[in-house]
Amino acid sequence: MADVLTPARLAPAATGSGRTRRMWRRFRRRPMAMTGLVLVVLFLLLAVVGPVVFGDPTRIDFGHVLGAPSLSHLLGTDDLGRDQLTRIASGARVSLEAGVLSVALAMVVGVPIGLVAGFYRKHLDSVVMRAVDVVLAFPFLVFAVGLAAILGPSLRNVVLALGISQIPAVVRITRGEVLAVREQDFVAGAIADGATDRTILTRYVLPNATNALIVQATVAIPGAIIGEATLSFLGLGVQPPTPSWGVMLTGAQQFLSQAPWLAVWPGVMIAATTLGFNLLGDGLRDVIDPRSAR
Amino acid sequence: MGWFLLRRAGAALIVVALASVVVFLGVRALPGDPAVVLAGENATPKVVEAIRHQYGLDQPLPVQYVDYLKQLVTGDLGTSTQDKLPVSGILAERIPVTLELAVLAMLVAIVIGVVAGTIAAARRGRFPDYVATGFGLVGLSVPHFWLGLLAILLFAVKLRILPASGYVPLTDDPVQNLRRMILPALVLGTGFAAILMRQTRSAMLGALSADYVRTARAKGLSGARVVGVHALRNSLTTVVTVLGLQLGGLISGAVVTEQIFVIPGFGKLTVDAVLTRNYPVIQAVVLVTVVGYIVVNLLVDVAYAALNPRIRLAGAADG
Repeated sequence: MADVLTPARLAPAATGSGRTRRMWRRFRRRPMAMTGLVLVVLFLLLAVVGPVVFGDPTRIDFGHVLGAPSLSHLLGTDDLGRDQLTRIASGARVSLEAGVLSVALAMVVGVPIGLVAGFYRKHLDSVVMRAVDVVLAFPFLVFAVGLAAILGPSLRNVVLALGISQIPAVVRITRGEVLAVREQDFVAGAIADGATDRTILTRYVLPNATNALIVQATVAIPGAIIGEATLSFLGLGVQPPTPSWGVMLTGAQQFLSQAPWLAVWPGVMIAATTLGFNLLGDGLRDVIDPRSAR
Repeated sequence: MGWFLLRRAGAALIVVALASVVVFLGVRALPGDPAVVLAGENATPKVVEAIRHQYGLDQPLPVQYVDYLKQLVTGDLGTSTQDKLPVSGILAERIPVTLELAVLAMLVAIVIGVVAGTIAAARRGRFPDYVATGFGLVGLSVPHFWLGLLAILLFAVKLRILPASGYVPLTDDPVQNLRRMILPALVLGTGFAAILMRQTRSAMLGALSADYVRTARAKGLSGARVVGVHALRNSLTTVVTVLGLQLGGLISGAVVTEQIFVIPGFGKLTVDAVLTRNYPVIQAVVLVTVVGYIVVNLLVDVAYAALNPRIRLAGAADG
């Protein structure tokens, strides 16, 4: 009897390989989602391999200052004679770091808080949600600008600012998933089976929240990439000479009439990367939760 | 409705109070002596001492906080370290500029977003839908500041039909003011147009398949009338919701847009204050933003409840 009714049998396994394969098959049939995946993979390749292939982004070519795109410099050079393509590759790595690290920070802090708040409810829950409300009361960029003012501008502080400002969203999503899952029969079964809170949270609740968190990450990463570029563009983020796409655009603004190409490519990269993540996220959401497909 | 309002206002008040604590502690969490920081660079020890006393920094923290609240209530937001002017006066000068930009941008967003979203839904799966949806996706992915650079590049540098930057007060010369506000408003509005377009489209699709629309069609009403009157009216809630959700984005976008087009508004004030480490201004700017944000969100909630009775009933049922 116990053999039939163990909670493990009743729980909709979230990580079965059969399910993953089914989702991939559905995903593959969506041209938009696949376009997103390709864009994201290209971005990851550029960020990981690019700086190795293209070399030092601060190397100066005195013969080509504000040079138009040519064979020796495919995307032209900036006001200091630095190669744009090389700097874009290095900028991709900065973007990736800002995007992934800040979201990782938000997850590491936000998921446990959301799990505990949602699972134990009562007083802890209302305290946590009030705190979340306070952070959410600060518009994202204003919050990040305030932190930059306190901590000073640097990539590390950009990651901190972006990460902290994303914690509330992660807490809310995790908590929402916990609230939905804890009412399910398989959780009641696990409790009846004598499972500890810890087991219930890590074996049953967390896996069921993973999907929502993955989708959240595909929304949060491009948000963080734009956030980093924006802060850096304003002079409050990554500082020159580190080549961030935002820093490159700040430089380009001064030379719009002489060297318009400087203003084009970093922006194209930001837009393509963000578009890639957005399409990927839309696709994942459709595949994971077919009801949301429109 | 009265009870709903009261509950929402109470919650908003609590958040404002907590946020004021955060802002208060934020400036005190700065590395170094806050009196030195508040006095600005190159201040003599005597000035620092005066500032320390003026701001009551020699008092315990709770006392300081109460004093800070007292000052806030009387409208005293401190003095800018850059030009020694009262911060409240600076804000009164800057905020209307940003409000004009925000209102124009929202007009752009609503006109483009709602029209495109309605057309896309009415022509679902056909060419206009693909065009609108495609632009919507791209619009979501393009950062404001890059769009701004491209707009300057095209309209000011290449075509030379609009000025690249600068600001003329509306009261001085409305025509010049608008000429300078067109590009910033378009740049700021486009991103929101994309979001509104997507939301309007999906809300319209929902409405178009609803029973009352089918009834309207069965009655023999023309397609345009069905879409325009019956379906669109029910999508208005969507617009209100999106505006509420995107308010933070609007504020952030204004900061960036003002920076690019050199518009002396609230956003530029914020960035300049951070770059010059003008802490009294930063403190005031953050607080004002938070309060404004919460108040508008409250108004959105109220508007939302007024448009859709189910919301306030659900809220009441929750207790």
